[in-house]
Amino acid sequence: MSLFCEPASKTLREPLLRPGNTNCAGCGMSLGLQWLGEALDGRMPYVVIPACCGIVTAGAFPTSAYAAPTVASTFASAAAVATGLTTIAELNEETHPVICWTGDGGTYDIGVATLSAAAERNENILYFCYDNEIYGNTGGQRSSATPAGVYTTTTPEGKVERKKDMMAIMAAHRIPYAATLSLAHREDFLRKIRTALNLSGFRFLLMLSPCPTGWKSEPAEGVDLVRFAVQCGLFPLFEIYDGVRYRINVRPDETLVEDYISRQRRFTAVAADANMLRIGIAEQWGRLEALERMFPAEVQDEL
Amino acid sequence: MARTLVSGNYAAGRTLALAGEANRFARGCCGGAYPITPQTEIIEYLRSHIFRKGRIVPVESEHSAMGVCIGASLAGARAFTASSSNGLAYMTENVFAAGYYRLPIVMIAVNRTLGPPWNIWVDQGDSLALRDAAWLQFYTESHQDLVDTILLAFRVAEDRDILLPAMVAMDGFVTSHTQMVCDLPEQDQVDLFLPLCDVPHQLRVDHPATVGGLTWPKETEYQRREIQKAMERVPGVLASAIDKFEEDFGRRPAGACTAYPDTRAETVLIACNTMCRTARRVVDERRARGENVGMIQCKLFRPFPRRELSALLRAAKRVGVLDRNHSPGSGGIFGTEVAATLQGRSDVLVQDYVVGLGGGDVTPAVIDGIFDELAGRSHSDEPIWTEVAA
Repeated sequence: MSLFCEPASKTLREPLLRPGNTNCAGCGMSLGLQWLGEALDGRMPYVVIPACCGIVTAGAFPTSAYAAPTVASTFASAAAVATGLTTIAELNEETHPVICWTGDGGTYDIGVATLSAAAERNENILYFCYDNEIYGNTGGQRSSATPAGVYTTTTPEGKVERKKDMMAIMAAHRIPYAATLSLAHREDFLRKIRTALNLSGFRFLLMLSPCPTGWKSEPAEGVDLVRFAVQCGLFPLFEIYDGVRYRINVRPDETLVEDYISRQRRFTAVAADANMLRIGIAEQWGRLEALERMFPAEVQDEL
Repeated sequence: MARTLVSGNYAAGRTLALAGEANRFARGCCGGAYPITPQTEIIEYLRSHIFRKGRIVPVESEHSAMGVCIGASLAGARAFTASSSNGLAYMTENVFAAGYYRLPIVMIAVNRTLGPPWNIWVDQGDSLALRDAAWLQFYTESHQDLVDTILLAFRVAEDRDILLPAMVAMDGFVTSHTQMVCDLPEQDQVDLFLPLCDVPHQLRVDHPATVGGLTWPKETEYQRREIQKAMERVPGVLASAIDKFEEDFGRRPAGACTAYPDTRAETVLIACNTMCRTARRVVDERRARGENVGMIQCKLFRPFPRRELSALLRAAKRVGVLDRNHSPGSGGIFGTEVAATLQGRSDVLVQDYVVGLGGGDVTPAVIDGIFDELAGRSHSDEPIWTEVAA
């Protein structure tokens, strides 16, 4: 971790998340930030991070693991603080992207009103949610992103309610771009960030982020777990342009949902039976396929 | 300068817009706008103003209104907003954040009773609840005082020696919705009076740093001590700003606290906001009858001007504090501060009066009665409720 930053450079030369950060081994956020940094291709962003592991990993003052100007915002305020930043950046004709880097707690739960309002105003913000489906920073409590059948410290008998469909909520705001990202699909991941960076207005990226401590999984298996989640259909990879034009990027194969859940100890016996999850997957894919068929993304959407 | 008949809300909105425009040669201005009675006309004014380099964002809550101000200020811009009552309560987390980030944001607080039960009329409990949020707090007694204090607030808040946000309070309806003639400054005068806003710790792409991250106890204590030191510098910086104001505008606004008619009175009432104007009239009437009474306008509440107030009370024997607020389990909030200021003065009797809560009308007769009560006291007592039996 460097105490003093590279002087007078307006380009991002270092990794966005530098060595010396405090992320756990196998944290999906570490890889996500590396790839975000890679896709930025030298562009120096402003970064807003609300309360979440993402700001703890920066380390204690005066050091910071982040190689970009970063503000630690209050929990619910990432999109509002980013609105102020992007407003002033635009008034001063700056082209540095303004990025929110947030967890699912700050996105699905406490920050959802702020997020919704910034999306409705179509603020020029790239909003990135690393979704580990749990309040990881506080030791593993349920969020509305936690799937049904998962043990957390606040659902000791397993969560009853299903995961909130955040992509549908964001699509309902008709924002220019929303996409899901997989750490097991690197080219797709980078392409989507580049697509988002090349668009203006509100852009929403949702990444499934393995959390070995919360998921009770092996740190080395995180990327495999995400691959299983995508291939069994649990975490669909797709894009939505303007909230209305859909493109599915990867369709489920023969992978069983059991391959995903059996490698984690967060799922209850009921969930491990997988029937509940399979019903959810079928319903989700029925809806997604219908949407893509009815409202397909066009070639010119691709940048 | 134009002598104009305006409402308090118009005066505040117009002055905020002038201050925002004055930063057009730097990073511009920005604020969040969210309505709540009785401040709504301020954010309506701001939304209808066409800024040459600025934008007022219509947000979904007061919490986000302050969030937008924080982001804009961290981007180096001049930032401001307005709120009242439960709006201020809802905003609270980000009000503290703005103070601890050391961002010179200016907010108009149009005082309104906190609910429930719902009551839209004035008391100062809403802004006083934020007294520990590392913000400067000014309480204004008239439209002119409001206009002048908003400009002073920007200048003091943005001073390199201060760098703290500032709240400028006025009475809901009594000031916000009544009209008075006042001098509204011209843009070129404000341009001259307010230096371009420079937030030294703004986010910089050529010097990446993380603002607001983790600190250990030692660094946190250091940061809080720095805030206290900055607060202690406010009276001096405010006095210089008033001198500069007089140069630029040709009139001298009231300072941290002001004695009327002089500092020789033995029986003194301390008040804020529009109660001061009523108290002054009662003082005139009683002095005409030969009584040695006076009053003090306490305009600055944070930092609390202990030294200045002490000096004004050197001749005082009886001090009554008018508190249009209530801290349950304690009493009036100004009263506690005044008592702390006068600790060690065994020659002074200090009595707190809780008055005009929920917009109860503080008439000359009410204040006259308080003078009588204070004159007949042999010792100080628990805060006295003037509207209802204690």
